[in-house]
Amino acid sequence: MTATLLEPTADPVAAVRRARRGPRRRYLAVLGGLIVLATAAFAVNVLLGDYTYTVPDFFRILFGEQLPVATYLLMESKLPRAVLGILVGLCFGIGGAVFQTTLRNPLASPDVVGVTWGASTAAVVAVITFGLRGTAVSLAAIGGAVAVALLIRSVGGNVGSHRIVLVGVAMTAALASFIEYLLSRASIWDVQVALQWLAGSLHASDWPTVRAVALSAAILLPLLAVLSRSLRVTQLGDDLATGLGARRFAPDGMLLIAVLLVAVAVAASGPIAFVAFMAGPTARALNGGRPTLLGAGLVGVVLVLSADFVGHYLIGDITVPVGVLTGACGAPFMLWLLARGTSSRSSS
Amino acid sequence: MSVSTSARLVAADVTIGYGERVVVEALDLAVPDGAVTVIVGANACGKSTLLRGMARLLRPQSGAVLLDGVAVHTRSTRDVARTLGLLPQQPITPEGITVVDLVGRGRHPHQGLLGRWTSADERAVTDALVVTGTLDLADRAVDELSGGQRQRVWIAMALAQDTDLLLLDEPTTYLDVAHQVEMLDLLADLNRNRGTTIVMVLHELNLAARYADHLVAMKAGRVVAEGAPHTVVTEEIVRDVFGLDNRVITDPVSGTPLVLPAGRHHRPSLLAGKSPTPEYEGAEYL
Repeated sequence: MTATLLEPTADPVAAVRRARRGPRRRYLAVLGGLIVLATAAFAVNVLLGDYTYTVPDFFRILFGEQLPVATYLLMESKLPRAVLGILVGLCFGIGGAVFQTTLRNPLASPDVVGVTWGASTAAVVAVITFGLRGTAVSLAAIGGAVAVALLIRSVGGNVGSHRIVLVGVAMTAALASFIEYLLSRASIWDVQVALQWLAGSLHASDWPTVRAVALSAAILLPLLAVLSRSLRVTQLGDDLATGLGARRFAPDGMLLIAVLLVAVAVAASGPIAFVAFMAGPTARALNGGRPTLLGAGLVGVVLVLSADFVGHYLIGDITVPVGVLTGACGAPFMLWLLARGTSSRSSS
Repeated sequence: MSVSTSARLVAADVTIGYGERVVVEALDLAVPDGAVTVIVGANACGKSTLLRGMARLLRPQSGAVLLDGVAVHTRSTRDVARTLGLLPQQPITPEGITVVDLVGRGRHPHQGLLGRWTSADERAVTDALVVTGTLDLADRAVDELSGGQRQRVWIAMALAQDTDLLLLDEPTTYLDVAHQVEMLDLLADLNRNRGTTIVMVLHELNLAARYADHLVAMKAGRVVAEGAPHTVVTEEIVRDVFGLDNRVITDPVSGTPLVLPAGRHHRPSLLAGKSPTPEYEGAEYL
């Protein structure tokens, strides 16, 4: 062993263990805190509002007691709505964070680079041009997101390239104007339906939707967990990723899963604006600058549930769709991100 | 150190380029096992491209890079990563990452599907931190460190990978001269104590001559000369490879060849006559 430049530490292994503990503790604290917040938001959404439930009543109804009005309202409206909020929050949050970390750019979230717009556009086309309704529209939305993602990837070039963001922003602008064109030629009735696909809302939540999203997430998230291990080395740059033996398909595989997560969420609730964009950097800032996909998912849940409650009950006597509220948060958030980026950017 | 004749890493008739432009042409190079090989040459001579090709970052247009007799491009990239390590010129430091976390990522090719942290990982990371003198920095954020400390941390990451061969692309860039020497000493230690085969691209010819067991001089995508430093660093070859008038003397510190460049203002003939008044560029041609 060679002489070191510094004083020898008594027990090197213990020093390594101690050094590894700090960030892990913070990570667990962040996850714990976010789980508490998400649970609180869930409880508020389910128990409070137009019709207030006590906690014992909630569990009584959950386990089958039939109370007039109360049971129907909880089981067919409030509960599926809150559960769907959790699921789409997770999908948007995790999907967005995968985009941002894989493409190494906080601006490269699926709602900024046009993937969610792809879903919306396909849905609007299905509604207006083909007169479709229901599941067919949801499938069209998923197809639209995947198609736009593939197009951006093939035109924008390699993962890690800034061109992907530029191509995506151009794509968003093109799709937005195309939607305007479609809406201007559509009947009022179709426009009503189409608008649901442009502003995210948990309004139409029902159990079949919840089941479909839950099943998709149950398939996609474990796959993502396995692939996400390679993020630890792809973060170090393409050269080192290869040098450390990362699977070449891992970044693209993760992006595809993220596209599907986001597409499924859009199909269920419409594009809840900027949740995918805001969740990742927020979780990251909480975690001392280190990205965390699970943390981003939980931030997504907190954002969706709290925005839905505020929009539903706390803004005068009108109901504001959750996507309008999160969208309003997006602009100041982007400014925060830019201000923060210039002061703390550090690479190599 | 004696240079053995066997070579686990071989570039066989390798041509590498970007599209139409050929950068490395029909090049043969056998990297001697257990030695420090240094590749030198003028800017854009293809030395970094050759290193990237050997590290399987670039696929040769023809020929093959062989590791233990098998073309690296046909082998599983994880398998290769357990034998052949790489430190690129400008790796990305993720925001907020701690030293121990970064060094731990060198264990990636040794970890299973779920990336469980084993006692072997712990031992390799501890060793790497101790050898590079970065143990006391273990819990610090990498982006708060000085350039020299940071480079040692990156070397520690490459050591944690625990490979028999290690390729480095200009590991001393952005370091002051003291830190350059410290870095190269560290790599020489690694070579001597662990027997790691080292291949690196260096800009500083005199340091290259000091630390190389096997020196490779490249020009326009080809190997012009290779061998022990005193056979490669001669006035003639330096003039050919770098287009630089020079004198070569024996380094009084290390006994290796030392190149003294002769600029327009510092020629032996000028020194003998009038004082070498610096004038504006191109004065000589007026």
